[in-house]
Amino acid sequence: MSFLDLDEGLLDLAARADLVFSPVVDAKEYPENVDLALVEGAVCNEEHLEMARRLRARTRVVIAFGDCAVTGNVTAMRNPLCRAECVLRRAYLETADLNPGIPVEEGIVPPLLDRVLPLHEVIPVDGFLPGCPPPADRIRTVLEQFLDGKPLQLGPEQIRFG
Amino acid sequence: MAAKTLTIDGQMVGAAEDQTILEAARDAGIPIPTLCHLDGLDSVGACRLCLVEIAGSHKLQPACVTVVAEGMEVRTNTERLQKYRRLILELLLAERNHICSVCVANGHCELQRLAAAHGIDHVRYGYQCPKLEVDVTHPIFGLDHSRCVLCMRCVRVCWYIEGAGTKNVSGRGSGSRIIDDLCQPWGESETCTSCGKCVHACPTGALFYKGATVAEMERDRGKLEFIVRAREKKQWIV
Repeated sequence: MSFLDLDEGLLDLAARADLVFSPVVDAKEYPENVDLALVEGAVCNEEHLEMARRLRARTRVVIAFGDCAVTGNVTAMRNPLCRAECVLRRAYLETADLNPGIPVEEGIVPPLLDRVLPLHEVIPVDGFLPGCPPPADRIRTVLEQFLDGKPLQLGPEQIRFG
Repeated sequence: MAAKTLTIDGQMVGAAEDQTILEAARDAGIPIPTLCHLDGLDSVGACRLCLVEIAGSHKLQPACVTVVAEGMEVRTNTERLQKYRRLILELLLAERNHICSVCVANGHCELQRLAAAHGIDHVRYGYQCPKLEVDVTHPIFGLDHSRCVLCMRCVRVCWYIEGAGTKNVSGRGSGSRIIDDLCQPWGESETCTSCGKCVHACPTGALFYKGATVAEMERDRGKLEFIVRAREKKQWIV
């Protein structure tokens, strides 16, 4: 949503970049030779882990986009509950009002990792864009720096968590 | 009182003989980052953010508790110091659960501001994610241990300004906790006067007024200034 706050900046961006993979692009498989990936969200399950590794192998510059990817943020608030089974028990059994039961469906429901991890604990990350959400001007700064071939550099007022 | 002359970051500075390096630097307009220090409270040199280099000494010294000396040569912002300050801030962020986006102090937090000011855009150390309690037994205030950095401002303000001695520290190292009286729920404390000084002194969202939601809580630091002025200059100016 914050990305959409780029407003007319989206038109400039569309003229300079091809969007090849995103929730709004109908591509099932992450393509090869991607120049830049903005990765949102922390690494919470096996599917995320696999995707992060595949994305890293096929992408030149990977940026952790937003506090969840950078720190784990709200999604990591389950970590103090310790292992995945404790989290599932808490969510699907102890607090369930109707039909308690832990969802298991091999190949469909990806197994949870024991701990939610920031992206850089799983793959090497080239740049960090904190914020919850990162405000549009912060996103614009990073994208412009990348498109202009400059090193990614954000000032103190642009990297604040939260 | 005798004056001392020293250099801070190459600048000649004059200071009273009982001034700390931090006070002398601030008088000269040279900023040194601090976290556990709070004007009006005795300094304890706990957070180590204000460490400075002093020529002739291999040990780094905390500026908030090191008194100036004649001819002292101080450096406040070398690469080595910047490295240590980042390290300290990242370790603080990793030690407990500092989730800025859902914190009452979001946007009004000294740890958050210091991290950004030191260029911390991610934490290189594994988050410890300890399971910590929130004490909301007090009718007005709350204590969230997840956000506490153990600066002990609350303990000092409670003991030495309010004179109540409710707040204390239990445990050792990362197991340390701020406690009330003999480690009992805050609401059951017989010594707490509900003055609220601890809440205003806290640098993060660890101590808060109940009823404040995310990013809503702002501290009234003017209240502290009022107390300091009243005590030191005997002026009661609201």
